[in-house]
Amino acid sequence: MAGTAQILTPAPAATGVPKIQISGLQKVYAGRQGDVVALQNVNLSIEPNEFVCVVGPSGCGKSTLLNIIAGLEDATSGTVQVDGKDVTGPGKERGVVFQQYALFPWKTVIQNVEFGLKLKGMNKKERREKAEFYLELVGLKDFAHAYPKELSGGMRQRVAIARAYAVQPEVLLMDEPFGALDAQTRAQLQEELLATWQKEQKTCFFITHDVEEAVILAQKVIIMSARPGRVKEIVNVDIPYPRNQETKLLDRFSEIKNEIWAKVYKEYLEVKK
Amino acid sequence: MAEMAVTKPKKKAVQTSAWKRIHPNVMVLISLIVGVVFWALISLIPTVGNIVSNPWTIMKTFVDELTSGRLGANIFASIFRVLSGFLLGLVVAIPVAFLMAWYRPVRGLIEPWIQFFRTVPPIALIPLVIVAFGVGEGAKISVIFVATFLVMVISIYQGVRNVDPTLIKAARVLGATDKDIFLEVVVPAAFPYILVGVRLGLASAWTTLVAAELTGASKGLGNMIMEAGLYFRMDIIILGIIIIGIIGFAMDKGVLYLERRLTGWQELRKS
Ligand SMILES: Nc1ncnc2c1ncn2[C@@H]1O[C@H](COP(=O)(O)OP(=O)(O)OP(=O)(O)O)[C@@H](O)[C@H]1O
Ligand SMILES: [Mg+2]
Repeated sequence: MAGTAQILTPAPAATGVPKIQISGLQKVYAGRQGDVVALQNVNLSIEPNEFVCVVGPSGCGKSTLLNIIAGLEDATSGTVQVDGKDVTGPGKERGVVFQQYALFPWKTVIQNVEFGLKLKGMNKKERREKAEFYLELVGLKDFAHAYPKELSGGMRQRVAIARAYAVQPEVLLMDEPFGALDAQTRAQLQEELLATWQKEQKTCFFITHDVEEAVILAQKVIIMSARPGRVKEIVNVDIPYPRNQETKLLDRFSEIKNEIWAKVYKEYLEVKK
Repeated sequence: MAEMAVTKPKKKAVQTSAWKRIHPNVMVLISLIVGVVFWALISLIPTVGNIVSNPWTIMKTFVDELTSGRLGANIFASIFRVLSGFLLGLVVAIPVAFLMAWYRPVRGLIEPWIQFFRTVPPIALIPLVIVAFGVGEGAKISVIFVATFLVMVISIYQGVRNVDPTLIKAARVLGATDKDIFLEVVVPAAFPYILVGVRLGLASAWTTLVAAELTGASKGLGNMIMEAGLYFRMDIIILGIIIIGIIGFAMDKGVLYLERRLTGWQELRKS
């Protein structure tokens, strides 16, 4: 259906085996109005402990890519490898925060956070303590025994984040996790995420609509093109960590942000056409 | 789905209208009193009074039938049949519904038959069942079994099919096995539908039972009514109707109460 475009995938400075290696990935959905090519020849290499953000226009296949890495969807062709092994299904080393919270409505907040630990076979006392720690981290300790229906959208999202953190996966796949949050909570959770990332060795794959958020968090920002989704360009963010809200005041920050924004905007215009 | 902020369990909004300030239970009481008064009044009309006995007569008949032990025996016989048929229906409907929802081939095999028999009112099966099983307990219980099974299997099946796939995904990425997903996601997610099925099933069991008993039985409320009809005992007929209504109503309220207690976590609650 779609034309083939030049794929710009500069090889990153590889250090041994990449944590995530995506090669020639293609995803086609059979739809009623013909096939939808969601991803076309995506090649990407993510190093261990690397923080990458993915930006791109709505419907370009970001969530699809994340689902395939998570092992929740099969690629039409191409492969995803984690630690050099082909992904065939979900694995405990990859945690996911979904775009639509996906909390279990019949479980209380703390039971939701505990669920992954329970599946790991952790005993009740230990997992309760751990769940409380992560609830505290997202500022929801007082709501431990509430049901999801009693929470606002942003609060639900924070429970979903705590649930993913609690199992301490090596790879965190996050699909617009801060999208529903107010500016303050968002800033706070960005800093918490950065702190967690620096403390516990983690590889983060983070989807966002917000270019500023991408630049404050990531070492590498992946810009995806309008459908069919491809990797259009990868921008390195050469601002040292630790970063915090003041980082946003740096000239270099605005420079990179504007550069990425201009490129993303071009893709948005592409969608409109 | 609307994103609602914290919804408090009890709604105690400030209402201005005097009508709205009356407690709902008070309205129920008023409605009951008005109903009984209306009944007493129309029973005073001679031609109507021959058919509709007045409330005092019914009260007297009630006490007579109760002290003689006949009423208790009839109620017991009816409830026993309903519960046996219903429980049998539930025990079979749950696994069948889950198998249908989980395995496509099973669905293909079973669903057309269920859809077909669902359109046949269970009462139409009664003559067939009487020929096959006679008029004993077995016949009544089989008819109720068929009626409740068909209603419940559809409702539970739809519940299992409606489980949000992202919840299953969320469980899988947290390391859930198929068994975990079944017990920790599918069953709780389908639980409200199971209760809806139970409610529909009980209602269907009760109406089918009375119809089955009317066609001939020993004991049972339906039978009590039918026999009373032979002797023009209008008071017993009306007493029977009222008791059938009260038991049906109580069963429905009982399940509703369970539903509220057990599935309070649901986002949308039917009022
Ligand atoms: N299950 C599906 N069946 C058919 N088509 C699908 C399915 N899931 C996604 N698509 C299509 O694939 C494309 C990419 O969808 P995807 O959800 O990955 O986009 P996205 O980049 O995450 O968008 P957004 O930023 O709005 O979340 C869309 O055009 C969508 O219509
Ligand atoms: Mg998405």
